Amino acid sequence: MKRVRIIVQRYNPKVDVQARYDEFEVTAERWTTVLDALLYIKAHIDHSIALRYSCRMASCGSCGMLINGIPRLACYTKVYELGTDTITCKPLPNFPIIRDLATDFKAFFAKHKSMRPYIINEDIDDSNAKEFIQKPEEVEEYLQFSYCIKCGLCYSACPTVATDRLFPGPQALAQMYRYLIDSRDKAIDERLRIVDDRHGVWRCHFAGSCSSVCPKGVDPALGIQLLRAYLLGHGKERKKIAELYIKKL
Amino acid sequence: MVRESSIMKVHYYTGLAAIVLVAIHVMFRLTAPGGYYASLEYENVIANYSNVSYVVVLELILVTVAIHGFNGLRVILIELKQGEAWERAVKWLCIAGAIAVMVYGTRTIILASMML
Amino acid sequence: MDKGMKENREGIKGWLNPSRYGISRFAYWLQRLTGLGLLAYFIAHISETSNIVYGKEAWDKMLSLTQTTVGHIILIIVIGMCVFHAANGVRLYAAEHGKGIGRAGRPEYPYRPTSLNIAMKASIWISVVLAVIAMLYGAYVLFLSEA
Repeated sequence: MKRVRIIVQRYNPKVDVQARYDEFEVTAERWTTVLDALLYIKAHIDHSIALRYSCRMASCGSCGMLINGIPRLACYTKVYELGTDTITCKPLPNFPIIRDLATDFKAFFAKHKSMRPYIINEDIDDSNAKEFIQKPEEVEEYLQFSYCIKCGLCYSACPTVATDRLFPGPQALAQMYRYLIDSRDKAIDERLRIVDDRHGVWRCHFAGSCSSVCPKGVDPALGIQLLRAYLLGHGKERKKIAELYIKKL
Repeated sequence: MVRESSIMKVHYYTGLAAIVLVAIHVMFRLTAPGGYYASLEYENVIANYSNVSYVVVLELILVTVAIHGFNGLRVILIELKQGEAWERAVKWLCIAGAIAVMVYGTRTIILASMML
Repeated sequence: MDKGMKENREGIKGWLNPSRYGISRFAYWLQRLTGLGLLAYFIAHISETSNIVYGKEAWDKMLSLTQTTVGHIILIIVIGMCVFHAANGVRLYAAEHGKGIGRAGRPEYPYRPTSLNIAMKASIWISVVLAVIAMLYGAYVLFLSEA
């Protein structure tokens, strides 16, 4: 058990000209997460701190924030693991601030939507169609990218997103690869045309920061390099087209 | 309309080619008879231009490094600021810069070859 | 309302602090820096060596300006930049063509990303070491060989 100092950035864009930093002291146990500490502050010291959270188990992706300079999920970061008694919480960079630690995800979701994140396959017009036949190794081509919880940590960490507002970001590009390589999807040319752009996949320079902050093992940098390799003509043998199982009457 | 993937393929290939070509250029200085400093003497530099293969290497270095370097600059500049007018200006300035360097360097090579 | 704060983008500051995310981010930062430095040197080099067409006097004057201690130090830095940029560039070429970054699979906790594997990290270190060796050799040739 120890006393720790939590510094929280406070900023209301409707009212404040610039941010201020409020300090609080909290008792932390071995198992206390940063989210626990912030909710304690909100419950007992300052009710007005705005922050987002939901599942408290790294499943919903709501509580992303900058903790001691690195984008992390507050529910997934233990106070003790930070190795310091001073913890600074700021809103995720590269997202507009709504208030305090809550940020606006509209642009992030819009970029994700622009990648057409759904199976595109015109073959499903037979009323007797049951399912696509997909082997386990075909599932493994895209499975890890489907673990994405859209927490936005990768988007915050990316150096290209930091300056290029037209860049889709690591999350969107990894999802593009997730659907491209899925054997049930047939819109290969259309997907490649979307990312083969001045501000598309080519503006990734493999800094790898996205993968180093991802809490779910998605490894978006891998997805983006595999997407780029596909565009350059490599790895096409990994793309299979799934058969549709049609029940014969 | 040139696709970005085509531009980046050129960026990759000019980068790889430049490694080999610049290595040859540097080796010429390091393995010259008399040592590095002797190879920088006026007479020895001019004598290099009698070697047609070396002249071709110098010209190829000009082309590959200019294209690779100015395309890299274009990428950094369009990542820093976006907008049609800015991106168009950056594109044309980088093309102009690359051509200017290539023309100026080629002029040097041609004039130096004529001085033999 | 401060527009910069409302957008909350890191901006170029996001490029300037490479120490937060491990060696891959550091390599990205150094690749950009060396690229710009090499472009500047390339233009300067074409300009200075073009003095050959103005005859021996002009050439010797150029040499007297560049073959100085400061000139040698700049050249040693350029050698380091060149070797790092080339070696790291080869690593990026391989990675961006899907080689050396592993395969997609079923990640298990603690989720070590396969794209930031030992081969990639070692390649970055090798690039730095090669650059240092080249700089030391360059320093030996420039400062210790017969002038």
